[in-house]
Amino acid sequence: MSAPIISLESLAKTTSSGQLLTSAKSGGCASSSCGLSSRPTHMDSATWEKIKDHPCFSEEAHHYFARMHVAVAPACNIQCNYCNRKYDCSNESRPGVVSEKLTPDQALRKVIAVANELPQLSVLGIAGPGDACYDWEKTRATFERVAREIPDIKLCISTNGLALPEHVDQLAELNISHVTITINMVDPAVGEKIYPWIFYRHRRYTGMDAAKILHERQMLGLEMLSERGILTKINSVMIPGVNDQHLIEVNKWVKERGAFLHNVMPLISDPAHGTCFGLTGQRGPNALELKALQDRLEGGAKLMRHCRQCRADAVGLLGTDRGQEFTLDHIPPELGYNSGKRRAYREVVARILDDHLAAKNQAMTTLASMSTRGSLQVAVATKGGGRINEHFGHAKEFQVYEASLTGIKFVGHRKIEPYCRGGWGEEGTLGGIIAALEGIDVVLCAKIGNCPKKQLMEAGIRATEAFGYDYIEAAISALYAAEHGIDPSQATA
Amino acid sequence: MAFKIIASQCTQCGACEFECPSDAIELKGEKYVIDPDKCTECEGVYEAQQCASVCPMPKTCVPA
Repeated sequence: MSAPIISLESLAKTTSSGQLLTSAKSGGCASSSCGLSSRPTHMDSATWEKIKDHPCFSEEAHHYFARMHVAVAPACNIQCNYCNRKYDCSNESRPGVVSEKLTPDQALRKVIAVANELPQLSVLGIAGPGDACYDWEKTRATFERVAREIPDIKLCISTNGLALPEHVDQLAELNISHVTITINMVDPAVGEKIYPWIFYRHRRYTGMDAAKILHERQMLGLEMLSERGILTKINSVMIPGVNDQHLIEVNKWVKERGAFLHNVMPLISDPAHGTCFGLTGQRGPNALELKALQDRLEGGAKLMRHCRQCRADAVGLLGTDRGQEFTLDHIPPELGYNSGKRRAYREVVARILDDHLAAKNQAMTTLASMSTRGSLQVAVATKGGGRINEHFGHAKEFQVYEASLTGIKFVGHRKIEPYCRGGWGEEGTLGGIIAALEGIDVVLCAKIGNCPKKQLMEAGIRATEAFGYDYIEAAISALYAAEHGIDPSQATA
Repeated sequence: MAFKIIASQCTQCGACEFECPSDAIELKGEKYVIDPDKCTECEGVYEAQQCASVCPMPKTCVPA
């Protein structure tokens, strides 16, 4: 594929919609693939419409579209052993952590400010700290206000499910199209080890009673959402020795009840966070253990593998957080919504998506036509747009893909400390990066210096900039072909 | 007969405010405060004090 490259980053930086449209047009319709539906072949069109611009529900969309969370509903009705309600740190990036709690009016101002600045914005979520269904009045007030100003923004919530059933009808009325329920167990005996207590119908319950009630409400809520056609994602925290094996059963239960996506996330556990699990020394799984479990779940409910376990007030593309740019003190008190940037960006992306999909399909065809065996683990440095467009030294994470005869599969991401700080490489961080790249055969990036390249090589990891700015899948299929001594042009002929 | 909130431990989630059946809790400046004149310790309404039952921080909503 030699499609024209439109820099999404430059579009995002443009300040006027007029300029944006000009840059959009300069991309042109040179690609022969123009006019495709952009829809992956395995999905019906109604579902695709719902997820095509939701970065959390669609792996494809996460290259192009951004989400933001507003922390308006801080009250929670359960206690989890992996959560500490007192924690607040701007340097941490994980669920439950937030710097600024907002009132619904403040949230509206923030959403407008972000929508004016960030053309990729497509989704507004309420995802903690606290529970969006329990602290319902604030959730409702926020969504009502935002939907009035920005009617096309997708609304979603995260919930533990306990107070979900009594709000499902209102969720539907508010046009909330996506709901995430955190379900860590379907057996109260397992639940007892994760939840010390719940607050339900004016009473605190503990032990088995608590876990039983929570389980029943979660299952009921999920069934009610499925009946109404609201897409559901199930988040499960993988806790080694507590529920890791049990999640296979959880996957089966949620699939039977219509869950669209299952997201298995690693427990984040550090004594410094002050959570119960952190203090008892309960460890989280490593990247390979997580992948092994996800691979075993393949064939059940569809798996999400691109989750970044973002902060409860994150803003931007998954894997990046621009939340600090949009704190209340950066936002003028009176602010009107300007739809220009978001509208223009959508037009551009609609065009690029067709092109990307064509490149992806071509790559899959290339792989399918080969008769070699073996898989290749590839780590990619990208800053969005589905391309290899990040410098090795600037990457904060690598996206990992597995290439084999069955295709190119997104496996997950590995977070790292960036190697480059202010123009030169830090020797100390390279060791950490090499450790994080365990099991990776090849690193693809837009640029890499000779020094880190050499040291990676010594650790058995090849790194190359040969595919810089190519589509990820196209590069990986070409790489796979080259690995097996096949000329890709022959293979696709 | 009233409860109070130990402000230094409070996370200001506000759950106690909307669970309180006597409307006795409100945010004053940076602190949630229980009005002792309004607080009934939930007697005759619920079997346990709502603020203490919902509070995520142990020993933060306590008898005054």
